[in-house]
Amino acid sequence: MQYALFLGCVIPNRYPGIELAMRNVAPTLGIELKDMEGASCCPAPGVFKSFHQPTWLALAARNLIIAETLGTNIVTLCNGCYGSLKEANEILKMDSSKRDEVNKILRDLNKEFKGAIDVKHFVEVVYSEIGTEKLRGLVKKPLNLNVAIQYGCHLLKPTKYRKVESTERPKFLDELVEVLGSRSVPYRDKMMCCGAGGGVKASNPDVSLDMAKEKLENMRDAGAECIVSPCAFCHLQFDRGQVDIRNKLGVDFNIPVLHYVQFLGLALGFAPDKLGLYSNAIPVDSVLKKLEAPIVA
Amino acid sequence: MAEPKNNVIRLDELDMGFAEAVAKAGGEKINLCIQCGTCTASCPSGRRTAFRTRQLIRRALLGLREEVLSDKDLWLCTTCYACLERCPRGVDPTDVILALRTMAAKAGHMLDRHKMVSGFVIKYGHAVPINEENRKLRVSLGLSEVPPTTHKSKKALNEVQEITKKTGFAKLVCFEWK
Ligand code: SF4
Ligand code: SF4
Repeated sequence: MQYALFLGCVIPNRYPGIELAMRNVAPTLGIELKDMEGASCCPAPGVFKSFHQPTWLALAARNLIIAETLGTNIVTLCNGCYGSLKEANEILKMDSSKRDEVNKILRDLNKEFKGAIDVKHFVEVVYSEIGTEKLRGLVKKPLNLNVAIQYGCHLLKPTKYRKVESTERPKFLDELVEVLGSRSVPYRDKMMCCGAGGGVKASNPDVSLDMAKEKLENMRDAGAECIVSPCAFCHLQFDRGQVDIRNKLGVDFNIPVLHYVQFLGLALGFAPDKLGLYSNAIPVDSVLKKLEAPIVA
Repeated sequence: MAEPKNNVIRLDELDMGFAEAVAKAGGEKINLCIQCGTCTASCPSGRRTAFRTRQLIRRALLGLREEVLSDKDLWLCTTCYACLERCPRGVDPTDVILALRTMAAKAGHMLDRHKMVSGFVIKYGHAVPINEENRKLRVSLGLSEVPPTTHKSKKALNEVQEITKKTGFAKLVCFEWK
C-alpha cells in the first residue's frame, strides 16, 4: 500500500515527533510512504477559506498535483490538512468551472489538476484498509489506559464532502483506540471543538484557550489518563494549551496528549523515543509508567 | 455580538442586495433561514462570547452590510461545522460566515494577526514556519533539519508566491515583497 505523506505545517515545524512516529509506524502496517517534495501549507482552511477562496483552492490544487505526479493517494495526520485537501479535491473534481479557473492560474507554472487521486486521513486508512481485526493481531503491548478521545471537527464535517457514520456519535476512533487494549472514556461534550480552528487561536487566543479548558475539565472529570487525537492542531491546542492555561489561569491539568499514530506505535511495541514522545510540552511519563506496571487481573 | 448601533433600523440605510451578494460569495443558501436558533445553540464560541450565529444571519439578511462586515465577532467562529450539520433548513451557516469573512477581508476588515499568518504562507509556504528550536529537535530525532517541503525547495516556494501574486492574495493581505 503506497501513500504520499502530506506533512502540513504543525507536524514538521512544531511536532516533528509525530512525523517520526509516522515514518516508523507506517511500514509495520504495510504502508509505504512517499515524500511530497515541495508541498506547502495545505493551506489552512480557517485562514485561506476565510480570506480568499480562489487562493485557497489554487494552493491546495498545487499540493494535490504533487501527489498526482507521484501517482498515489494522499495520507494526512492533521484534520486541518485533511479538511482542506479533501474538500478542495472534491470541489475541483465536481465543479468544472472552478477547475478551469484554478488550472488557468496554474498554467503558467506548467501544472494542471487532473483529479487522479484521493485524500485520506491516517485513521481512515487504518480503519478501512487495515481494519480492527488485523490491528488486533499486530498489538504487541496492550495499552491499559483510560483515554479521552478527541475526534476533532474537520475529520468528520462537513459531511457533504465525506461519508461518515455519524457526526454526533461516531464510533470508529473509539474502536481504533479500544482494539489496542484501552478504554475510551465517555465525557461531556466529547464532540465539541478544541477551539483552535477558524483562525480563532490567532485572533482571539483567550476565547480559543477557554474552549480547550472546558474540554480539559470534562476529560479530567471523566478520569482520562491521556488524550488521543488524530489531529495535529488539536494536539497542539491541548498540549501547549495546558501550558498556556497554567501560565495564564493558574490551572494545572497535566494530562498527556498523544497523536493517534504515536499511541498506535506504543501498542505496536515501539520505544517512546522512536515515536517522538519526549518532545511534548506535557510530559508523557505517567502514561509510560502505567504501561510498565504489571496488569493485575 | 455588539448591541445594535441604533434601536431603529431605517429602510433607506439597508443594503437590499447584500444577502444576494453573500449568496454569490459562497453563502448560497442564506435565504432559507427561518431563525430557529439551532446554530446559536450549537455554537461552542457563542457559549462563552456574545457571538450569535442566528443574529449574524438575520442582520445579513436585513442588509446591515457595514455593521456585519466590520463586526469583530465575525472572527470568533472556529469553523467547527456543528451548526452546518444541525441546521434544519440546510442554510450551511458556516459557509455563510466564510462568505462574510471573504467580503469583510475585501472591504479592509482583515485582522492584523490574520495578515501576519497569511504573510508567513507567502514568505515561507507555511502558515507555521520552522524555527531554530524545531530545526534542532528534528535533527535530534534523526529527521532532516528542514522538512522536504517549500522549506527545502526554492522553486516550490516561488510557485506558491507566483500563485498568491496572480490571485491578488498578496495584495489583499498587504504583503511587502522585499
Ligand atoms: S439553524 Fe439554520 S435555519 Fe435555524 S437560525 Fe440557524 S441558520 Fe437559520
Ligand atoms: S461553525 Fe462557527 S458558527 Fe457554527 S457552531 Fe461552529 S463556531 Fe459556531
